[in-house]
Amino acid sequence: MDFTYTILIPLIPLFSFLIIGFLHNKLSNTVASGIGITALTASFVMSYYTAYKYFFTTEKIDGAYQKIIGYNTVWLQFTENLHIDMGTLIDPISVMMLVVVSTVSLMVHIYSTGYMKGEDGFNRFYSFLSLFSFSMFGLVVSTNIFQMYVFWELVGVSSFLLIGYYYDKPSAVAASKKAFIVTRFADMFFLIGILTVGYITDTYDFLALTDPSGSAIAQGGGILFMGMSTMTWALILIFMGGAGKSAMMPFHIWLPDAMEGPTPVSALIHAATMVVAGVYLVARLFPVYSISAPDALEVVAYVGAISSLFAAIVATTQFDIKRVLAFSTMSQIGYMITALGVSGMHGHEGVGYMASMFHLFTHAMFKALLFLGAGAVIHAVHSNLMNEMGGLRKYLPVTHITFLIATLTIAGVPPLSGFFSKDEILVAAFHHDKFIFFIQLFVAGLTAFYMFRLYFRVFWNKEPHYHHTPHDAPMSMKFPLMFLAMFSFVAGFLPFNEWITVDGKAIEIHTEWVVAIPATLFGLIGIAIAMVMYKKETAIPDKISAAFGKFYKWTFNKFYFDEIYMFVTHKIIFNIVSKSVAWFDRNVVDATMDGIGHVTEKSAEMIKGLQSGQIQKYGFVFISGAIIIAIAFILNLFY
Amino acid sequence: MIPNIPLSYFFVVGTLMFFIGVFGFLTRRNLITILMSVELILNSVNINFVAVNRYLFPDNMHGHFFTIFIIAIAASEAAVAIAIILNIYRKFKTINVENVSEMKY
Repeated sequence: MDFTYTILIPLIPLFSFLIIGFLHNKLSNTVASGIGITALTASFVMSYYTAYKYFFTTEKIDGAYQKIIGYNTVWLQFTENLHIDMGTLIDPISVMMLVVVSTVSLMVHIYSTGYMKGEDGFNRFYSFLSLFSFSMFGLVVSTNIFQMYVFWELVGVSSFLLIGYYYDKPSAVAASKKAFIVTRFADMFFLIGILTVGYITDTYDFLALTDPSGSAIAQGGGILFMGMSTMTWALILIFMGGAGKSAMMPFHIWLPDAMEGPTPVSALIHAATMVVAGVYLVARLFPVYSISAPDALEVVAYVGAISSLFAAIVATTQFDIKRVLAFSTMSQIGYMITALGVSGMHGHEGVGYMASMFHLFTHAMFKALLFLGAGAVIHAVHSNLMNEMGGLRKYLPVTHITFLIATLTIAGVPPLSGFFSKDEILVAAFHHDKFIFFIQLFVAGLTAFYMFRLYFRVFWNKEPHYHHTPHDAPMSMKFPLMFLAMFSFVAGFLPFNEWITVDGKAIEIHTEWVVAIPATLFGLIGIAIAMVMYKKETAIPDKISAAFGKFYKWTFNKFYFDEIYMFVTHKIIFNIVSKSVAWFDRNVVDATMDGIGHVTEKSAEMIKGLQSGQIQKYGFVFISGAIIIAIAFILNLFY
Repeated sequence: MIPNIPLSYFFVVGTLMFFIGVFGFLTRRNLITILMSVELILNSVNINFVAVNRYLFPDNMHGHFFTIFIIAIAASEAAVAIAIILNIYRKFKTINVENVSEMKY
């Protein structure tokens, strides 16, 4: 099967980025967005064609989908063995990611024509969107870790550029810096991990690395270091990079602030695609994790579970609708990470892996929908705060219906897609670790609660005084909402168990009622509580928050994570480490250099008088010298 | 022929003239005087050339050639130097070397 053309999927948005970027002063808004949408449509069509071709027409070998190198070229050749390639790797998860990225990106491109209309820098926005799409496509089709790392940083930079899109707003600038620095800090560990893995296994290539019978896995974990094998450490470090991008604890602090960017950006980057890069990374290296370093996988599972619980608790107290969604994203990504952590390699044990990818897919669709819906609401009322919303179902009928669908999906109400994917995750957790299972079950209830709190606060409840009547979004914004809502319906029926598994072979799944019934029940209870508390304006929320007292305050302030970071960075690192280093620099390094300059200057000042410019003085010196030498010769002093 | 005058007398005169010229060159501030001092140095050398040629190698003419050569060079040098001095005077209204310090650091 020939997949050479897949290299065009990332390249077309790159060209669109270059065209819009270089000509952004010359092009009209319509043309710029037209170029962006056309490029993305091309990638979209090719991605779907690839998916069709891969899943339906490529023949399986031994009942398993094969990993295919579509295109490969040596990019940087250092030595015979060490070279960095660029290319496309076609396998179930990369094809699935291509579909996710192209769908959401195209929808966001279309949506932004309405949402960003009349903004300054409209063309700049579209060029950055294209840059991001290019980077994300490049990331998902990576053939080796280094290519992934390159694109990993590129998505980071596009995220930075887009969060800081309103660069005249100080909070947006601070948020973009925070996002970049935090993820970059995590990426440092990622790089160390990459180099360690490369050192142990002698390869950076994903195919060689993840082949369960290959030499990379066969040679085991390397020497022991502090009680764990080197491979385990390396994989934990790589996971830290993933945790930084995917906003897992303790690197989650950038995600809520990243909501300063325009809402379509939040939908594309901080909900659907970039933040799941960490999940994708672990999934990509999954055989290595599973066989070489099960301890690392255990860490992955717990980090995911704790993050998802933490984020769900915080989300119940936030008032900014985008922040609620941001914490919800973090919580759902926690689900995916946990699912990977509790997964095994073959057969029914591998259900976690499948569930994680399944949830990634459905989550991308419904969370993008939620964000775009929130964007439509913000577009209508010009505020992010729930307090200034309410009763919007009358004014925004389309947004209301699609938002309701997405909310039901994330709450896990059957038969919407969220139910299926979440159910699979819970099944995987149930068979692996009961503790994680109960955390996840509780989080499922919380998710339903805070999402319906959001829904009721925005679309029901008491209507505040609007300065002008809110009106529903234009067609360009409605279309993506409806398209994604349609996806939220049908995505649950896609046969992921046949398509996306660790070893490429289909696995049997069946509904386990012992998991499905409690999960749905928790969801419904959450919805019911939210309905009682928020459908009409009541005093219950205030009473409950008062009853929780301190705990509520902690939660509202996100457990003071930002403050802890501020304390560590400013008080400890800046004050103690940086200040002493700066003192050393100023008083030792700089002073030495200054001293050298000073001595030179002073001595020059002293001998400057010799250079009088008067030939007579020079002549005097010359003749005196000549006379002295002559006398010396006469007196035979040289012999 | 003046056989009574020993060769060393010529050397004494030449040396005196040379050092008077050097002294003048180093101490005078007037460009014309400096030029004159230079002429004095050149002529002291000429005397030495001629005397040595006459006393030690009467059959050869090399010393004379050099002397004539130096006289010619000195004449042209004086012409160039005076032209420069005139121009300096026009520009600075002085020919004192200490006042002509436009190009100094």
